[in-house]
Amino acid sequence: MSAKSLRMRLGDSRHNVGLALLTAILFVAVTARYPQFASAAGLRDSFDDTSILILLALGQMLVMLTRAIDLSVAASVALTGMCVALINQALPGVALPSLVLLAALLGAALGAVNGLLVWQLQIPPIVVTLGTLAIYRGATYLVSHGHWVNSGNMSPVFLGLVRERWGGVTLLSWLAIAGALLTACFLRLSAAGRTFYAAGNNPEAARYVGVDVGRTQCLAFAINGMLAGLCGYLWVARYAVAYTEVASGFELTVIAACVIGGVSIAGGSGTVFGVLLGCLFLGVVKNALPLIGVSPFWQMAISGAVIVSAAVLNAVGARAPQGQRILEN
Amino acid sequence: MADEARPSQRMPRAPWRRRLLRWEVFLALVVAADFALDVRLSPYFLSTETFADVSFNFTEKALVALPMTLLIIAGEIDVSVAATMALVSVCMGLLATTTASLSAIVGGGLAVGLLAGAFNGALVTRWRVPAIVATIGTMSLYRGIAYGILGDRVLKDYPAAFAFFGQGYIAGPVSFELLLFTLAAVLCALYLHRTEFGRRLMAIGCNKTAAEMAGVRVNRYRFGLFVATGVASAAASVLLTSRLGSTRPSIAQGMELDIISMVILGGVAITGGRGSIVGVVLAAILTGLAIFGLGLINVPGVVMSLLMGALLILIVGLPIAGQRLSRTRARAQHRIQV
Repeated sequence: MSAKSLRMRLGDSRHNVGLALLTAILFVAVTARYPQFASAAGLRDSFDDTSILILLALGQMLVMLTRAIDLSVAASVALTGMCVALINQALPGVALPSLVLLAALLGAALGAVNGLLVWQLQIPPIVVTLGTLAIYRGATYLVSHGHWVNSGNMSPVFLGLVRERWGGVTLLSWLAIAGALLTACFLRLSAAGRTFYAAGNNPEAARYVGVDVGRTQCLAFAINGMLAGLCGYLWVARYAVAYTEVASGFELTVIAACVIGGVSIAGGSGTVFGVLLGCLFLGVVKNALPLIGVSPFWQMAISGAVIVSAAVLNAVGARAPQGQRILEN
Repeated sequence: MADEARPSQRMPRAPWRRRLLRWEVFLALVVAADFALDVRLSPYFLSTETFADVSFNFTEKALVALPMTLLIIAGEIDVSVAATMALVSVCMGLLATTTASLSAIVGGGLAVGLLAGAFNGALVTRWRVPAIVATIGTMSLYRGIAYGILGDRVLKDYPAAFAFFGQGYIAGPVSFELLLFTLAAVLCALYLHRTEFGRRLMAIGCNKTAAEMAGVRVNRYRFGLFVATGVASAAASVLLTSRLGSTRPSIAQGMELDIISMVILGGVAITGGRGSIVGVVLAAILTGLAIFGLGLINVPGVVMSLLMGALLILIVGLPIAGQRLSRTRARAQHRIQV
């Protein structure tokens, strides 16, 4: 038992070390030719640019740990972002903290809808979130009537908060760091956090020791939704525009970051550190390409190639311990 | 060989049929209701032009939904189909700039689809990557290659005769697209429900390990299904490109979700091992009718997909909710009797 968990931990860290090395090599290679990439300002910009991805990937990781998946996150981002932008446009007097709180609550509600459908009706998560992906995106169109909310329609405070710098680092970056620390502590130190792993690793066994698997999944969806709601505000404020197609397709980037970071699609394994590395890797690729002079049109193909190779490496690495899953299906 | 096949075909049929029949009758009723609603909505609905228009709303997606059904029944999934369509379309567009030969253009497109499907299959069977992860990766890869090659350009040097695939009619309102889809549907239905291979697919979907131990070459089937899905995506791309007459890298964007929704709507279990082609064909017709009917009352595309999403959850969720209700009621009654 302990030998096995030790082996698993070693395997996990070996994956992380490999990923960290790859990110570092990429980083050094780019920096060697373009020193400005490693400048303090360049680094800060890269991290700021990756922060929303980190927050969303942390939430998605919680969901994936419980053997579920949430395809509707990007649509939740769009819907909550649009709602707070519209409120800010119509009533500029509403205080920003209450708007942010509203975004988080709205997101949590959207996530809870996913979670309740999975928990109470036992519809497979991929079906539920495929449906709510279309519903939330359509609702974004309905609340905005297809109109855009531009930076001119938003109040300066609304736009300024994410750009606020503390110690040279933007608030957005601090949020990502705080989110990662909180999630790591929650998963490692709290009993509730451990149930996420238990529910996904072996739902049957978890049920026998008293874990309500459906409830855990629902909780994961709600937390993920809350983060998505928060990111809805952050996204709209950072890019200073809200429209129906905001963050379209971003759910796949988020899942990609998790997969590259070693979160298992079959549930039960994954670490905050790995997810962080996965996000940073995608962030470095995204920010390095324009510097090396690669057309941004190739960016999607490259991240696809990275996802595929990371998945192959993971699968090859995980081959040995997975041979025992005989009767689970 | 034949003696071995017979009991395996006959045994599970009775409980199966009842279950399938119920779902399909339900779907057929929804289709009929939608049809009646459309007739009431527009006086022009009952015409041959409408028939053709409705069919164009679903044939391309449904053509991919057929092998997707087999794939999902076998416990796999392919979310890279729309990206494959884009890649195929870009390759055909490039071929069309150098040659006017129809067979070269279409043949090249189908070959690209085959390769794309084979790569997915190799990832899943040879390198044991979970299908959803592998195809999320290749989805980004294939679409990314299409974007990388084309950038913001458009390809539209297709020869005039190329238009037949997506715009031509065989007889009356029956388009080439509809004919192709009908043929493919009949073939898939026979394959899944009337052959040993189809039974084996069901077995793989129910329990992969057990099927393997019973002597089914699981990986060969899975690989073949991914290749078939790639080729079908290529065929759908020929139809779509021909109908639109041009190629942009964003072609067929988001179509994978429509296709998978169609399959699930057709009563195929996302967990594998259960489903029928008849159900998926009905779901395809329902989608076509619904899109057409919503178009009649000027509903924009995003709202249409909202309604389709709601329909998906309702149709999958309602029977489960019903079961739960009746179960709790039965339990309550039991308690009263005790």
